[in-house]
Amino acid sequence: MSNDTAASALPAPAYNYHVVRQFSIMTIVWGVVGMAVGVLLAAQLMWPDLNDFWQPFSHFGRLRPLHTNAVIFAFGGCALFATSYFVVQRTCQAPLFGGFLVPFTFWGWQAVIVAAAITLPMGFTTSKEYAELEWPIDILITLVWVAYAIVFFGTIVKRRTQHIYVANWFFGAFIITVAVLHVVNSAAVPVHWLKSYSAYAGAADAMIQWWYGHNAVGFFLTAGFLGIMYYFVPKQAGRPVYSYQLSIVHFWALISVYVWAGAHHLHYSALPDWAQSLGMVMSLILLAPSWGGMINGMMTLSGAWHKLRTDPTLRFLVVSLSFYGMSTFEGPMMSIKTVNALSHNTDWTIGHVHAGALGWVAMISIGSIYHLLPVLTGQKAMWSVRLINAHFWLATVGTVLYIASMWVNGITQGLMWRAFNTDGTLTYSFVESVEASYPGYFVRFLGGAFFLSGMLLMAYNAYRTVNSKNAIEPEKAAQPQLA
Amino acid sequence: MSIFWNIWIIGLTLACIALVTWVLFANRKVAIKDDEEPENRTTGHVYDGIEEYDNPLPKWWFQLFVGTLVFTAVYLVIYPGLGSFPGVTGWTSLNQLEREQDKARDVHSEIYSAFLQTPIEELAQDNAAMKMAVRLFANNCAVCHGADGGGNYGFPNLTDKDWLYGGSADKIKETITHGRAGSMPAWGPIIGEPNVLAVSEYVLSLSNQEHDKDLAAKGSAVFQQNCIACHGVDGTGNQALGAPNLADNIWLYDGSREGIAYSVRNGRANVMPAQKDMLQEEKIHLLAAYVYSLSLEN
Repeated sequence: MSNDTAASALPAPAYNYHVVRQFSIMTIVWGVVGMAVGVLLAAQLMWPDLNDFWQPFSHFGRLRPLHTNAVIFAFGGCALFATSYFVVQRTCQAPLFGGFLVPFTFWGWQAVIVAAAITLPMGFTTSKEYAELEWPIDILITLVWVAYAIVFFGTIVKRRTQHIYVANWFFGAFIITVAVLHVVNSAAVPVHWLKSYSAYAGAADAMIQWWYGHNAVGFFLTAGFLGIMYYFVPKQAGRPVYSYQLSIVHFWALISVYVWAGAHHLHYSALPDWAQSLGMVMSLILLAPSWGGMINGMMTLSGAWHKLRTDPTLRFLVVSLSFYGMSTFEGPMMSIKTVNALSHNTDWTIGHVHAGALGWVAMISIGSIYHLLPVLTGQKAMWSVRLINAHFWLATVGTVLYIASMWVNGITQGLMWRAFNTDGTLTYSFVESVEASYPGYFVRFLGGAFFLSGMLLMAYNAYRTVNSKNAIEPEKAAQPQLA
Repeated sequence: MSIFWNIWIIGLTLACIALVTWVLFANRKVAIKDDEEPENRTTGHVYDGIEEYDNPLPKWWFQLFVGTLVFTAVYLVIYPGLGSFPGVTGWTSLNQLEREQDKARDVHSEIYSAFLQTPIEELAQDNAAMKMAVRLFANNCAVCHGADGGGNYGFPNLTDKDWLYGGSADKIKETITHGRAGSMPAWGPIIGEPNVLAVSEYVLSLSNQEHDKDLAAKGSAVFQQNCIACHGVDGTGNQALGAPNLADNIWLYDGSREGIAYSVRNGRANVMPAQKDMLQEEKIHLLAAYVYSLSLEN
């Protein structure tokens, strides 16, 4: 304890809270935007006429990548920037390194998001899932990401603690791996400013794409958010992290195995059998390392469970871990070939993604932003704790409605598609399975609307908190207070 | 797979699994003794007020982890996964597919071959056979021709008596078996835009649609010069070539003034895919009977 205690006895430096606050607020803004587009898409599947209100820009095919990019990279990305910049400063006891690079990451990232919001509805796309943005925007992403890495690792280098906290391991792994994934997968031959062709072809292109796609989930949406978990859960609960050993094992296992798992997106495809099998078994090995993070977060609460009754922010964090545990169990199961033969291309996949996206990623981001905003404005709590509670229930009910309806739809579709008559013909035509999906589409739309309305409460609550007369400027809030 | 890539894949795979296994086993034992007070078993690190316990790995979690590693080892022996090593069972996704297809063929060909001896015209009257044929049609044909066989823009209506290639039982079976490739050349660059408009007007007149008489008269000459080889002197088409009848006011594409001009100017290319490699003859026979029956009903 000696070295770290000695370091923390030094006057703490003035942290850079300004950029943390910028990213926190944009997390909420992009969350509302991205989820609103999601609710519109859900409504379009229920009422196809909604495609037509502003063709071709309002078409599902144009808006769907806008939704995924907005929630993953705008909402999730801003949450990651905000929390990682906050956590790395606090746990290293060092202000952010990098000078002008810090505001550059903020404005650069916002520019990427705005460029996406313009080009995707206009139909400019590489058609690679989760990497649809065309090459000039890809280059800007790369520049922002390199700046991000310099800021983050520069701060780690200048730390005043002896060790590096586990949250920073995960943030670090996420930053490095996403850089590699983005550069390799986005390699393309430009034709003109807004058109390019992938550098890869055929099955190799598909494999590179899903190596990227699955690790966008594994590193952007899992490792990065585990970094958030490792700071905000023990901090909000006021309890020590459950097991350092578990942190070590699950961290190294998670980052070394995740990169192998992408092939499970290409079961029963032109991908060679050996690559499919390998993708499947590596996905199964991933179960324990993924659950390691859940256990470490959940068990951190032992001795503090009573706080859940009064603290809705902590509830967000803990429920996000439950959804994380659930979806990281579901994922390996769906990667098993025989299960995948039923689930592939059905709504089950969409349900699985949203168990992770709404239940895990969004909920833990929301919880950490509710923790951050009072700290950044020098206040004790958010403007309204009751609104946080209302948001919690809207988000939880919304997520459950979403997942449950997609399970029902997915299994229904999978079973209908594989139903045969005794004469070998298919029992159902495709359109009959679409018809059978309507009730589920409606429930999914409801779930999304619940979740979005919770986000609107959050936006209002955040507005009142930041504009409260008790709020102080981030520069002042960042002044050292000795613990 | 070359020897290099084979070794590369097998080496990386085994190295990754070995690394994970080593990390798991190397961290089994905690640094601080169990007999100390659990509350005091922290690592001594403090980060922004956060401490860390040095609790051991949960036993059930450790066993789960080992379980997945053991499963992986067994799976990679049984199935392909380590480079070009095929696995001891010799399973491939292709031979699985072939096994399933063979099995299905054995079961179903018995059902279908019973119909093969019956002439198509007779089969079209057999209700039980037609019930099965409806399902075959829904699985294989409805996506283009519509669930009721009524066709769509660019996809022929099978329920009327207007046949592009002939509506006899044999012709229908021939169409399904070998497919068709309809091709109308683009006349715009050859005859020029004024003639395109004139001949379109003449085509309108053939099906007694509202048209400009003077322009149609001019178009008639263009027609006689360029179109009769396929569509015939009177524009009633030629089933040997698949040239549509232009006089019956039944349109594969668009029969409006603009639509006809578009077809003349840009030409048309239309393909019915050959089914002989996708369906067996007995199924095609049954489908032909069904399509034949569609035009009987009307």
